[in-house]
Amino acid sequence: MKRFTFFNITSLTLGFAFLYVPILILVVYSFNSSRLVTVWAGFSTKWYGELLQNQAFLDAAWVTLKVGIFSSCIATVLGTIAALVMVRAGKFWGRTLFSGMIYAPLVMPEVITGLSLLLLFISLGVERGVMTIVLAHATFSMCYVSVVVSSRLVSFDQSLEEAALDLGCTPFDAFKSVTLPIIAPAVISGWLLAFTLSLDDLVIASFTTGPSATTLPIKIYSAVRLGVSPEINALSTLLIGIVAIGVIIASLATKRAAVHRKRQEEAARQET
Amino acid sequence: MRRAFIISIPYLWLIALFLIPFGIVFKLALSDMAISIPPYTPTLDISGGWAGFKDFLSQLDMENFIWLKEDNLYWKAYLSSVQIAFVSTLLTLLIGFPMAYGMAQAPKEWQATLMMLIILPFWTSFLIRIYAWMGILSNEGFLNQFLLWTGIIGAPLQIINTNLAVYIGIIYTYLPFMVLPIYATLEKLDPSYLEAAEDLGCSRTQAFWAVTAPLSKPGVVAGCFLVFIPVVGEFVIPSLLGGSRTLMIGKVLWDEFFSNRDWPVASAVAVILLLILVIPIILFQKQQERAQEAET
Repeated sequence: MKRFTFFNITSLTLGFAFLYVPILILVVYSFNSSRLVTVWAGFSTKWYGELLQNQAFLDAAWVTLKVGIFSSCIATVLGTIAALVMVRAGKFWGRTLFSGMIYAPLVMPEVITGLSLLLLFISLGVERGVMTIVLAHATFSMCYVSVVVSSRLVSFDQSLEEAALDLGCTPFDAFKSVTLPIIAPAVISGWLLAFTLSLDDLVIASFTTGPSATTLPIKIYSAVRLGVSPEINALSTLLIGIVAIGVIIASLATKRAAVHRKRQEEAARQET
Repeated sequence: MRRAFIISIPYLWLIALFLIPFGIVFKLALSDMAISIPPYTPTLDISGGWAGFKDFLSQLDMENFIWLKEDNLYWKAYLSSVQIAFVSTLLTLLIGFPMAYGMAQAPKEWQATLMMLIILPFWTSFLIRIYAWMGILSNEGFLNQFLLWTGIIGAPLQIINTNLAVYIGIIYTYLPFMVLPIYATLEKLDPSYLEAAEDLGCSRTQAFWAVTAPLSKPGVVAGCFLVFIPVVGEFVIPSLLGGSRTLMIGKVLWDEFFSNRDWPVASAVAVILLLILVIPIILFQKQQERAQEAET
Protein backbone atom coordinates (compact mmCIF):
# COMPACT_ATOMS: atom_id res chain seq x y z
CA MET A 1 0.00 0.00 0.00
CA LYS A 2 1.41 3.35 -1.02
CA ARG A 3 1.15 6.12 1.50
CA PHE A 4 2.86 9.29 2.71
CA THR A 5 5.28 8.73 5.55
CA PHE A 6 6.65 11.54 7.68
CA PHE A 7 10.03 11.30 5.95
CA ASN A 8 8.51 11.44 2.48
CA ILE A 9 6.28 14.40 3.29
CA THR A 10 9.21 16.33 4.75
CA SER A 11 11.51 15.73 1.80
CA LEU A 12 8.79 16.59 -0.73
CA THR A 13 7.73 19.75 1.13
CA LEU A 14 11.28 21.04 1.50
CA GLY A 15 12.15 20.11 -2.09
CA PHE A 16 9.12 21.84 -3.59
CA ALA A 17 9.58 24.87 -1.33
CA PHE A 18 13.13 25.14 -2.65
CA LEU A 19 11.83 24.98 -6.23
CA TYR A 20 8.93 27.38 -5.86
CA VAL A 21 9.70 30.00 -3.19
CA PRO A 22 12.23 31.91 -5.36
CA ILE A 23 9.73 32.17 -8.21
CA LEU A 24 7.00 33.24 -5.79
CA ILE A 25 9.18 36.03 -4.35
CA LEU A 26 9.97 37.22 -7.86
CA VAL A 27 6.29 37.35 -8.81
CA VAL A 28 5.20 39.13 -5.61
CA TYR A 29 7.90 41.79 -5.92
CA SER A 30 6.98 42.57 -9.52
CA PHE A 31 3.93 44.31 -7.99
CA ASN A 32 6.07 46.41 -5.68
CA SER A 33 5.73 50.16 -6.23
CA SER A 34 9.28 50.92 -5.08
CA ARG A 35 12.24 50.78 -7.41
CA LEU A 36 14.20 49.15 -4.59
CA VAL A 37 13.47 45.52 -5.25
CA THR A 38 13.85 44.26 -1.71
CA VAL A 39 11.79 46.89 0.15
CA TRP A 40 8.02 46.50 -0.04
CA ALA A 41 6.38 49.90 -0.61
CA GLY A 42 2.85 48.98 -1.60
CA PHE A 43 0.99 47.33 -4.46
CA SER A 44 1.36 48.73 -7.95
CA THR A 45 1.23 47.56 -11.54
CA LYS A 46 3.25 50.46 -12.91
CA TRP A 47 6.21 48.29 -13.97
CA TYR A 48 3.93 46.36 -16.29
CA GLY A 49 2.85 49.63 -17.87
CA GLU A 50 6.45 50.71 -18.38
CA LEU A 51 7.26 47.34 -19.85
CA LEU A 52 4.56 47.63 -22.51
CA GLN A 53 6.04 50.96 -23.60
CA ASN A 54 9.53 49.56 -23.93
CA GLN A 55 9.81 49.07 -27.68
CA ALA A 56 13.14 47.21 -27.44
CA PHE A 57 11.59 44.48 -25.29
CA LEU A 58 8.54 44.20 -27.56
CA ASP A 59 10.75 43.84 -30.65
CA ALA A 60 12.85 41.19 -28.92
CA ALA A 61 9.71 39.32 -27.88
CA TRP A 62 8.51 39.27 -31.49
CA VAL A 63 11.87 37.91 -32.75
CA THR A 64 11.83 35.24 -30.02
CA LEU A 65 8.32 34.17 -30.95
CA LYS A 66 9.18 33.86 -34.64
CA VAL A 67 12.32 31.85 -33.91
CA GLY A 68 10.41 29.64 -31.47
CA ILE A 69 7.58 28.79 -33.86
CA PHE A 70 9.75 28.08 -36.93
CA SER A 71 12.44 26.14 -35.09
CA SER A 72 10.00 24.01 -33.08
CA CYS A 73 8.05 23.03 -36.21
CA ILE A 74 11.23 21.98 -38.05
CA ALA A 75 12.47 20.19 -34.92
CA THR A 76 9.21 18.29 -34.52
CA VAL A 77 9.25 16.96 -38.10
CA LEU A 78 12.94 16.02 -38.02
CA GLY A 79 12.78 14.67 -34.47
CA THR A 80 9.78 12.44 -35.23
CA ILE A 81 11.53 11.02 -38.30
CA ALA A 82 14.68 10.50 -36.25
CA ALA A 83 12.66 8.66 -33.58
CA LEU A 84 11.14 6.37 -36.25
CA VAL A 85 14.63 5.68 -37.57
CA MET A 86 15.97 4.92 -34.08
CA VAL A 87 13.15 2.59 -33.09
CA ARG A 88 12.07 1.00 -36.38
CA ALA A 89 14.87 1.10 -38.93
CA GLY A 90 16.83 -1.77 -37.41
CA LYS A 91 20.51 -1.96 -38.29
CA PHE A 92 21.95 0.43 -40.84
CA TRP A 93 25.35 1.76 -41.69
CA GLY A 94 26.49 4.32 -39.10
CA ARG A 95 23.76 3.61 -36.57
CA THR A 96 26.05 4.23 -33.60
CA LEU A 97 27.08 7.58 -35.05
CA PHE A 98 23.42 8.44 -35.59
CA SER A 99 22.38 7.64 -32.04
CA GLY A 100 25.45 9.47 -30.78
CA MET A 101 24.36 12.57 -32.68
CA ILE A 102 20.88 12.23 -31.14
CA TYR A 103 21.99 11.84 -27.52
CA ALA A 104 25.09 14.06 -27.44
CA PRO A 105 23.28 17.40 -27.93
CA LEU A 106 21.12 16.65 -24.87
CA VAL A 107 24.13 17.03 -22.61
CA MET A 108 26.57 19.00 -24.79
CA PRO A 109 27.54 22.27 -23.07
CA GLU A 110 25.80 25.07 -24.93
CA VAL A 111 28.97 27.12 -25.35
CA ILE A 112 30.46 24.38 -27.55
CA THR A 113 27.33 23.93 -29.68
CA GLY A 114 26.99 27.69 -30.08
CA LEU A 115 30.62 28.27 -31.00
CA SER A 116 30.72 25.43 -33.52
CA LEU A 117 27.52 26.53 -35.27
CA LEU A 118 28.73 30.10 -35.48
CA LEU A 119 31.97 28.96 -37.11
CA LEU A 120 29.96 26.90 -39.59
CA PHE A 121 27.78 29.85 -40.55
CA ILE A 122 30.80 32.10 -40.96
CA SER A 123 32.71 29.65 -43.10
CA LEU A 124 29.65 29.26 -45.33
CA GLY A 125 29.31 33.03 -45.52
CA VAL A 126 25.69 32.95 -44.33
CA GLU A 127 24.37 36.24 -43.02
CA ARG A 128 23.49 35.79 -39.35
CA GLY A 129 20.06 36.66 -38.01
CA VAL A 130 16.69 35.00 -37.43
CA MET A 131 17.44 32.30 -40.00
CA THR A 132 20.64 31.10 -38.36
CA ILE A 133 19.09 31.02 -34.86
CA VAL A 134 16.19 28.97 -36.27
CA LEU A 135 18.62 26.43 -37.78
CA ALA A 136 20.63 26.23 -34.55
CA HIS A 137 17.57 25.79 -32.34
CA ALA A 138 15.96 23.25 -34.66
CA THR A 139 19.14 21.18 -34.52
CA PHE A 140 19.41 20.84 -30.76
CA SER A 141 15.70 20.62 -30.04
CA MET A 142 15.06 17.90 -32.65
CA CYS A 143 17.11 15.62 -30.39
CA TYR A 144 14.79 16.30 -27.45
CA VAL A 145 11.75 15.68 -29.68
CA SER A 146 13.20 12.40 -30.88
CA VAL A 147 13.81 11.17 -27.32
CA VAL A 148 10.23 12.05 -26.28
CA VAL A 149 8.67 10.47 -29.39
CA SER A 150 10.82 7.33 -29.35
CA SER A 151 9.81 6.55 -25.76
CA ARG A 152 6.20 6.49 -26.99
CA LEU A 153 7.05 4.47 -30.12
CA VAL A 154 8.82 1.83 -28.04
CA SER A 155 5.78 1.22 -25.88
CA PHE A 156 3.15 0.84 -28.58
CA ASP A 157 1.91 -2.37 -30.14
CA GLN A 158 3.46 -2.77 -33.58
CA SER A 159 0.90 -5.37 -34.65
CA LEU A 160 -1.64 -2.54 -35.16
CA GLU A 161 0.57 -1.15 -37.89
CA GLU A 162 1.09 -4.61 -39.40
CA ALA A 163 -2.68 -5.13 -39.44
CA ALA A 164 -3.12 -1.94 -41.45
CA LEU A 165 -0.47 -3.11 -43.92
CA ASP A 166 -2.17 -6.52 -44.22
CA LEU A 167 -5.47 -4.79 -44.94
CA GLY A 168 -3.87 -3.09 -47.94
CA CYS A 169 -2.57 0.23 -46.63
CA THR A 170 0.59 1.63 -48.16
CA PRO A 171 3.33 2.20 -45.55
CA PHE A 172 2.65 5.92 -45.69
CA ASP A 173 -1.12 5.43 -45.19
CA ALA A 174 -0.46 3.06 -42.30
CA PHE A 175 1.79 5.65 -40.71
CA LYS A 176 -0.74 8.42 -41.26
CA SER A 177 -3.84 6.59 -40.03
CA VAL A 178 -2.42 4.27 -37.36
CA THR A 179 0.99 5.29 -36.06
CA LEU A 180 0.63 9.06 -36.11
CA PRO A 181 -2.63 9.23 -34.10
CA ILE A 182 -1.11 6.92 -31.48
CA ILE A 183 2.11 8.86 -31.08
CA ALA A 184 0.36 12.25 -31.47
CA PRO A 185 0.45 13.15 -27.72
CA ALA A 186 4.22 12.57 -27.69
CA VAL A 187 4.67 14.57 -30.89
CA ILE A 188 2.69 17.46 -29.39
CA SER A 189 4.62 17.43 -26.14
CA GLY A 190 7.81 17.24 -28.21
CA TRP A 191 6.72 20.36 -30.08
CA LEU A 192 5.96 22.17 -26.81
CA LEU A 193 9.33 21.16 -25.41
CA ALA A 194 11.13 22.37 -28.54
CA PHE A 195 9.20 25.64 -28.42
CA THR A 196 10.05 26.39 -24.78
CA LEU A 197 13.68 25.33 -25.27
CA SER A 198 13.90 27.87 -28.06
CA LEU A 199 12.19 30.65 -26.04
CA ASP A 200 14.60 29.96 -23.21
CA ASP A 201 17.91 29.76 -24.95
CA LEU A 202 20.50 32.45 -24.31
CA VAL A 203 23.89 30.94 -25.10
CA ILE A 204 23.31 29.37 -28.52
CA ALA A 205 21.27 32.37 -29.67
CA SER A 206 24.05 34.77 -28.58
CA PHE A 207 26.58 32.90 -30.68
CA THR A 208 24.47 32.40 -33.78
CA THR A 209 22.69 35.74 -34.00
CA GLY A 210 23.76 38.80 -35.96
CA PRO A 211 23.21 42.47 -35.27
CA SER A 212 19.74 42.36 -36.85
CA ALA A 213 18.13 39.90 -34.43
CA THR A 214 18.04 40.24 -30.63
CA THR A 215 16.01 37.64 -28.79
CA LEU A 216 14.32 38.21 -25.44
CA PRO A 217 16.82 36.12 -23.42
CA ILE A 218 19.71 38.12 -24.91
CA LYS A 219 17.91 41.34 -23.97
CA ILE A 220 17.10 40.07 -20.47
CA TYR A 221 20.66 38.89 -19.92
CA SER A 222 22.18 42.24 -20.78
CA ALA A 223 19.68 44.02 -18.48
CA VAL A 224 20.12 41.54 -15.63
CA ARG A 225 23.89 41.84 -15.61
CA LEU A 226 23.45 45.36 -14.26
CA GLY A 227 21.44 44.03 -11.33
CA VAL A 228 17.90 43.30 -10.22
CA SER A 229 15.22 45.66 -11.55
CA PRO A 230 11.43 45.77 -11.20
CA GLU A 231 10.83 45.86 -14.98
CA ILE A 232 12.63 42.56 -15.35
CA ASN A 233 10.58 41.17 -12.45
CA ALA A 234 7.40 42.22 -14.29
CA LEU A 235 8.62 40.72 -17.57
CA SER A 236 9.58 37.48 -15.82
CA THR A 237 6.17 37.28 -14.17
CA LEU A 238 4.45 37.67 -17.54
CA LEU A 239 6.58 34.91 -19.07
CA ILE A 240 6.03 32.59 -16.09
CA GLY A 241 2.28 33.24 -16.27
CA ILE A 242 2.08 32.48 -19.99
CA VAL A 243 4.06 29.25 -19.60
CA ALA A 244 2.08 28.11 -16.55
CA ILE A 245 -1.25 28.67 -18.32
CA GLY A 246 0.03 26.89 -21.44
CA VAL A 247 1.27 23.87 -19.52
CA ILE A 248 -1.94 23.57 -17.47
CA ILE A 249 -4.13 23.77 -20.60
CA ALA A 250 -1.95 21.20 -22.38
CA SER A 251 -2.08 18.77 -19.47
CA LEU A 252 -5.86 19.12 -19.09
CA ALA A 253 -6.26 18.52 -22.83
CA THR A 254 -4.14 15.35 -22.79
CA LYS A 255 -6.01 14.11 -19.72
CA ARG A 256 -9.36 14.59 -21.49
CA ALA A 257 -8.04 12.94 -24.63
CA ALA A 258 -6.89 9.95 -22.56
CA VAL A 259 -10.30 9.63 -20.89
CA HIS A 260 -12.01 9.90 -24.27
CA ARG A 261 -9.79 7.21 -25.80
CA LYS A 262 -10.37 4.87 -22.88
CA ARG A 263 -14.12 5.24 -23.29
CA GLN A 264 -13.88 4.48 -27.02
CA GLU A 265 -11.73 1.43 -26.38
CA GLU A 266 -14.24 0.23 -23.82
CA ALA A 267 -17.10 0.73 -26.28
CA ALA A 268 -15.22 -1.15 -28.99
CA ARG A 269 -14.57 -4.01 -26.60
CA GLN A 270 -18.25 -4.30 -25.72
CA GLU A 271 -19.24 -4.44 -29.38
CA THR A 272 -17.10 -7.46 -30.09
CA MET B 1 15.18 2.64 -51.15
CA ARG B 2 12.51 4.61 -49.37
CA ARG B 3 13.98 3.48 -46.06
CA ALA B 4 17.38 4.87 -47.01
CA PHE B 5 15.77 8.16 -47.98
CA ILE B 6 13.92 8.46 -44.67
CA ILE B 7 17.04 7.64 -42.67
CA SER B 8 19.08 10.14 -44.63
CA ILE B 9 16.90 13.18 -43.79
CA PRO B 10 17.71 13.50 -40.06
CA TYR B 11 21.10 11.86 -40.59
CA LEU B 12 22.33 14.44 -43.10
CA TRP B 13 20.83 17.30 -41.10
CA LEU B 14 22.77 16.25 -37.99
CA ILE B 15 25.97 15.69 -39.95
CA ALA B 16 25.70 19.14 -41.51
CA LEU B 17 24.72 21.05 -38.38
CA PHE B 18 26.26 19.02 -35.58
CA LEU B 19 29.24 17.01 -36.80
CA ILE B 20 30.80 19.27 -39.43
CA PRO B 21 30.74 22.32 -37.10
CA PHE B 22 32.91 20.34 -34.66
CA GLY B 23 35.37 19.71 -37.46
CA ILE B 24 35.56 23.45 -38.03
CA VAL B 25 36.21 24.04 -34.32
CA PHE B 26 39.11 21.55 -34.44
CA LYS B 27 40.54 23.23 -37.51
CA LEU B 28 40.27 26.69 -36.02
CA ALA B 29 41.92 25.54 -32.79
CA LEU B 30 45.00 24.85 -34.91
CA SER B 31 45.00 28.26 -36.62
CA ASP B 32 46.54 31.61 -35.77
CA MET B 33 44.70 34.71 -34.67
CA ALA B 34 44.53 37.58 -37.15
CA ILE B 35 43.00 41.02 -36.95
CA SER B 36 40.41 40.70 -39.68
CA ILE B 37 37.00 39.20 -40.32
CA PRO B 38 36.95 36.29 -39.75
CA PRO B 39 39.67 36.96 -37.19
CA TYR B 40 41.91 34.01 -37.92
CA THR B 41 44.24 32.58 -40.57
CA PRO B 42 44.57 30.38 -42.52
CA THR B 43 41.20 29.89 -44.15
CA LEU B 44 40.80 26.90 -46.42
CA ASP B 45 40.52 28.10 -50.01
CA ILE B 46 39.09 25.29 -52.10
CA SER B 47 40.06 26.95 -55.39
CA GLY B 48 43.73 26.43 -54.49
CA GLY B 49 43.45 22.70 -55.23
CA TRP B 50 45.88 20.16 -53.78
CA ALA B 51 48.75 22.64 -53.47
CA GLY B 52 46.46 25.02 -51.62
CA PHE B 53 45.43 22.21 -49.27
CA LYS B 54 49.07 21.34 -48.50
CA ASP B 55 49.83 24.97 -47.91
CA PHE B 56 46.82 25.16 -45.62
CA LEU B 57 47.96 22.12 -43.64
CA SER B 58 51.47 23.47 -43.19
CA GLN B 59 50.08 26.58 -41.55
CA LEU B 60 48.20 24.66 -38.85
CA ASP B 61 50.03 24.27 -35.58
CA MET B 62 49.61 23.42 -31.92
CA GLU B 63 50.45 26.95 -30.78
CA ASN B 64 47.06 27.56 -29.15
CA PHE B 65 47.27 24.37 -27.15
CA ILE B 66 50.79 25.21 -26.00
CA TRP B 67 49.49 28.62 -25.00
CA LEU B 68 46.68 26.95 -23.01
CA LYS B 69 49.17 24.60 -21.39
CA GLU B 70 51.47 27.37 -20.31
CA ASP B 71 48.79 29.65 -18.97
CA ASN B 72 47.72 28.52 -15.51
CA LEU B 73 44.34 30.23 -15.76
CA TYR B 74 43.01 27.65 -18.20
CA TRP B 75 44.10 24.62 -16.21
CA LYS B 76 42.67 26.08 -13.04
CA ALA B 77 39.42 26.81 -14.86
CA TYR B 78 39.15 23.24 -16.21
CA LEU B 79 39.92 21.73 -12.82
CA SER B 80 37.57 23.98 -10.93
CA SER B 81 34.74 23.39 -13.48
CA VAL B 82 35.07 19.63 -13.07
CA GLN B 83 35.26 20.00 -9.30
CA ILE B 84 32.22 22.30 -9.10
CA ALA B 85 30.28 19.97 -11.42
CA PHE B 86 31.24 16.92 -9.36
CA VAL B 87 30.31 18.42 -5.99
CA SER B 88 27.05 19.88 -7.28
CA THR B 89 26.09 16.57 -8.90
CA LEU B 90 26.52 14.83 -5.54
CA LEU B 91 24.53 17.54 -3.73
CA THR B 92 21.77 17.39 -6.35
CA LEU B 93 21.61 13.61 -5.92
CA LEU B 94 21.43 14.04 -2.15
CA ILE B 95 18.43 16.38 -2.46
CA GLY B 96 16.88 14.78 -5.55
CA PHE B 97 16.83 11.15 -4.43
CA PRO B 98 14.60 11.66 -1.34
CA MET B 99 12.24 13.74 -3.50
CA ALA B 100 12.02 11.07 -6.21
CA TYR B 101 11.57 8.43 -3.51
CA GLY B 102 8.82 10.42 -1.84
CA MET B 103 7.07 10.87 -5.20
CA ALA B 104 7.26 7.15 -6.02
CA GLN B 105 5.89 6.29 -2.56
CA ALA B 106 3.06 8.80 -2.74
CA PRO B 107 -0.53 7.58 -3.28
CA LYS B 108 -1.31 6.94 -6.97
CA GLU B 109 -3.75 9.82 -7.30
CA TRP B 110 -1.03 12.26 -6.18
CA GLN B 111 1.70 11.12 -8.52
CA ALA B 112 0.56 12.96 -11.67
CA THR B 113 0.32 16.24 -9.74
CA LEU B 114 3.76 15.81 -8.14
CA MET B 115 5.25 14.95 -11.50
CA MET B 116 3.71 18.11 -12.96
CA LEU B 117 5.15 20.19 -10.09
CA ILE B 118 8.63 18.85 -10.87
CA ILE B 119 8.32 19.54 -14.59
CA LEU B 120 6.72 22.99 -14.33
CA PRO B 121 9.88 24.90 -13.28
CA PHE B 122 11.66 23.17 -16.15
CA TRP B 123 9.32 24.92 -18.59
CA THR B 124 9.94 28.33 -17.04
CA SER B 125 12.92 30.22 -18.35
CA PHE B 126 16.26 29.10 -17.01
CA LEU B 127 17.51 32.68 -17.10
CA ILE B 128 14.57 33.93 -15.04
CA ARG B 129 15.06 31.26 -12.41
CA ILE B 130 18.72 32.24 -12.00
CA TYR B 131 17.69 35.88 -11.91
CA ALA B 132 15.24 35.11 -9.07
CA TRP B 133 18.19 33.97 -6.96
CA MET B 134 20.09 37.21 -7.60
CA GLY B 135 17.41 39.05 -5.61
CA ILE B 136 17.47 36.47 -2.83
CA LEU B 137 21.21 36.12 -2.35
CA SER B 138 22.38 39.73 -2.74
CA ASN B 139 23.70 41.64 0.25
CA GLU B 140 20.36 43.43 0.79
CA GLY B 141 18.53 40.34 -0.43
CA PHE B 142 15.79 38.33 1.20
CA LEU B 143 18.03 35.69 2.68
CA ASN B 144 20.27 38.21 4.43
CA GLN B 145 17.28 40.25 5.62
CA PHE B 146 15.69 37.10 7.00
CA LEU B 147 18.85 36.01 8.79
CA LEU B 148 19.38 39.51 10.22
CA TRP B 149 15.77 39.58 11.38
CA THR B 150 16.08 36.25 13.19
CA GLY B 151 19.30 37.47 14.79
CA ILE B 152 21.40 34.55 13.55
CA ILE B 153 23.86 36.96 11.97
CA GLY B 154 24.83 40.50 12.93
CA ALA B 155 25.98 41.75 9.52
CA PRO B 156 24.95 40.73 5.98
CA LEU B 157 26.78 37.71 4.59
CA GLN B 158 28.47 37.92 1.23
CA ILE B 159 26.76 35.09 -0.65
CA ILE B 160 26.28 36.40 -4.17
CA ASN B 161 29.45 36.46 -6.30
CA THR B 162 30.84 33.47 -4.40
CA ASN B 163 31.05 29.79 -5.25
CA LEU B 164 28.30 29.10 -2.70
CA ALA B 165 25.85 31.08 -4.84
CA VAL B 166 27.00 29.12 -7.91
CA TYR B 167 26.32 25.82 -6.13
CA ILE B 168 22.85 26.98 -5.05
CA GLY B 169 22.07 28.08 -8.61
CA ILE B 170 23.26 24.80 -10.15
CA ILE B 171 21.36 22.60 -7.70
CA TYR B 172 18.24 24.71 -8.16
CA THR B 173 18.27 24.57 -11.97
CA TYR B 174 19.36 20.97 -12.43
CA LEU B 175 17.24 19.37 -9.68
CA PRO B 176 14.41 18.26 -12.07
CA PHE B 177 16.99 16.54 -14.32
CA MET B 178 18.02 14.42 -11.33
CA VAL B 179 14.55 13.75 -9.91
CA LEU B 180 12.83 12.66 -13.15
CA PRO B 181 15.02 9.69 -14.19
CA ILE B 182 15.26 8.42 -10.58
CA TYR B 183 11.49 8.68 -10.18
CA ALA B 184 11.02 6.78 -13.46
CA THR B 185 13.03 3.79 -12.19
CA LEU B 186 11.59 3.86 -8.64
CA GLU B 187 8.05 4.03 -9.97
CA LYS B 188 8.51 0.79 -11.94
CA LEU B 189 10.01 -1.02 -8.96
CA ASP B 190 7.84 -4.00 -7.99
CA PRO B 191 6.79 -3.56 -4.32
CA SER B 192 6.67 -7.34 -3.85
CA TYR B 193 10.50 -7.35 -3.88
CA LEU B 194 10.48 -5.12 -0.82
CA GLU B 195 7.84 -7.28 0.85
CA ALA B 196 9.94 -10.36 0.13
CA ALA B 197 12.99 -8.68 1.69
CA GLU B 198 10.99 -7.77 4.78
CA ASP B 199 9.53 -11.28 5.01
CA LEU B 200 13.04 -12.64 4.91
CA GLY B 201 13.88 -10.56 7.97
CA CYS B 202 15.30 -7.30 6.60
CA SER B 203 14.48 -4.10 8.45
CA ARG B 204 13.06 -1.32 6.28
CA THR B 205 16.45 0.38 6.08
CA GLN B 206 18.16 -2.88 5.16
CA ALA B 207 15.52 -3.58 2.55
CA PHE B 208 16.13 -0.13 1.09
CA TRP B 209 19.87 -0.72 0.72
CA ALA B 210 19.48 -4.31 -0.47
CA VAL B 211 16.62 -3.80 -2.96
CA THR B 212 15.68 -0.20 -3.74
CA ALA B 213 19.18 1.28 -3.99
CA PRO B 214 20.64 -1.24 -6.48
CA LEU B 215 17.47 -1.32 -8.60
CA SER B 216 17.37 2.48 -8.86
CA LYS B 217 20.94 2.58 -10.18
CA PRO B 218 20.02 3.20 -13.88
CA GLY B 219 17.99 6.27 -12.89
CA VAL B 220 20.71 7.57 -10.58
CA VAL B 221 23.36 7.11 -13.28
CA ALA B 222 21.23 8.85 -15.93
CA GLY B 223 20.45 11.71 -13.54
CA CYS B 224 24.12 12.19 -12.64
CA PHE B 225 25.14 12.35 -16.32
CA LEU B 226 22.32 14.78 -17.11
CA VAL B 227 23.60 17.09 -14.37
CA PHE B 228 27.37 16.62 -14.52
CA ILE B 229 28.06 16.98 -18.26
CA PRO B 230 26.24 20.27 -18.94
CA VAL B 231 27.37 21.80 -15.64
CA VAL B 232 31.06 21.44 -16.57
CA GLY B 233 30.47 23.86 -19.46
CA GLU B 234 27.88 26.01 -17.66
CA PHE B 235 28.01 29.71 -18.51
CA VAL B 236 24.92 31.57 -17.27
CA ILE B 237 25.07 30.51 -13.61
CA PRO B 238 28.73 31.45 -12.94
CA SER B 239 28.32 34.63 -14.94
CA LEU B 240 25.29 35.88 -12.98
CA LEU B 241 25.78 34.37 -9.52
CA GLY B 242 29.54 33.79 -9.40
CA GLY B 243 32.19 36.37 -8.68
CA SER B 244 35.50 37.25 -10.25
CA ARG B 245 37.08 34.36 -8.32
CA THR B 246 34.66 31.76 -9.72
CA LEU B 247 36.59 30.05 -12.47
CA MET B 248 34.50 28.03 -14.86
CA ILE B 249 35.57 27.07 -18.33
CA GLY B 250 32.27 27.98 -20.02
CA LYS B 251 32.74 31.56 -18.84
CA VAL B 252 36.41 31.59 -19.91
CA LEU B 253 35.39 30.43 -23.39
CA TRP B 254 32.67 33.08 -23.61
CA ASP B 255 35.05 35.89 -22.54
CA GLU B 256 37.78 34.65 -24.87
CA PHE B 257 35.31 34.75 -27.72
CA PHE B 258 33.20 37.85 -27.06
CA SER B 259 35.60 40.10 -25.08
CA ASN B 260 39.07 39.16 -26.32
CA ARG B 261 37.82 38.14 -29.77
CA ASP B 262 40.51 35.48 -29.87
CA TRP B 263 38.60 32.84 -31.81
CA PRO B 264 41.41 30.31 -32.19
CA VAL B 265 42.05 30.22 -28.43
CA ALA B 266 38.29 29.98 -27.76
CA SER B 267 38.18 27.01 -30.16
CA ALA B 268 41.14 25.36 -28.45
CA VAL B 269 39.36 25.80 -25.10
CA ALA B 270 36.27 24.16 -26.62
CA VAL B 271 38.30 21.26 -28.02
CA ILE B 272 39.84 20.46 -24.63
CA LEU B 273 36.46 20.81 -22.91
CA LEU B 274 35.08 18.34 -25.45
CA LEU B 275 37.94 15.92 -24.81
CA ILE B 276 37.22 16.04 -21.07
CA LEU B 277 33.55 15.33 -21.70
CA VAL B 278 33.80 12.78 -24.50
CA ILE B 279 34.04 9.77 -22.17
CA PRO B 280 31.06 10.78 -19.98
CA ILE B 281 29.06 11.59 -23.15
CA ILE B 282 29.76 8.15 -24.68
CA LEU B 283 28.88 6.44 -21.39
CA PHE B 284 25.65 8.44 -21.30
CA GLN B 285 24.78 7.39 -24.86
CA LYS B 286 25.42 3.70 -24.10
CA GLN B 287 23.33 3.96 -20.96
CA GLN B 288 20.43 5.54 -22.86
CA GLU B 289 20.58 2.88 -25.58
CA ARG B 290 20.54 0.12 -22.98
CA ALA B 291 17.56 1.72 -21.24
CA GLN B 292 15.69 1.91 -24.56
CA GLU B 293 16.46 -1.71 -25.41
CA ALA B 294 15.29 -2.80 -21.96
CA GLU B 295 11.91 -1.26 -22.72
CA THR B 296 11.34 -3.04 -26.01
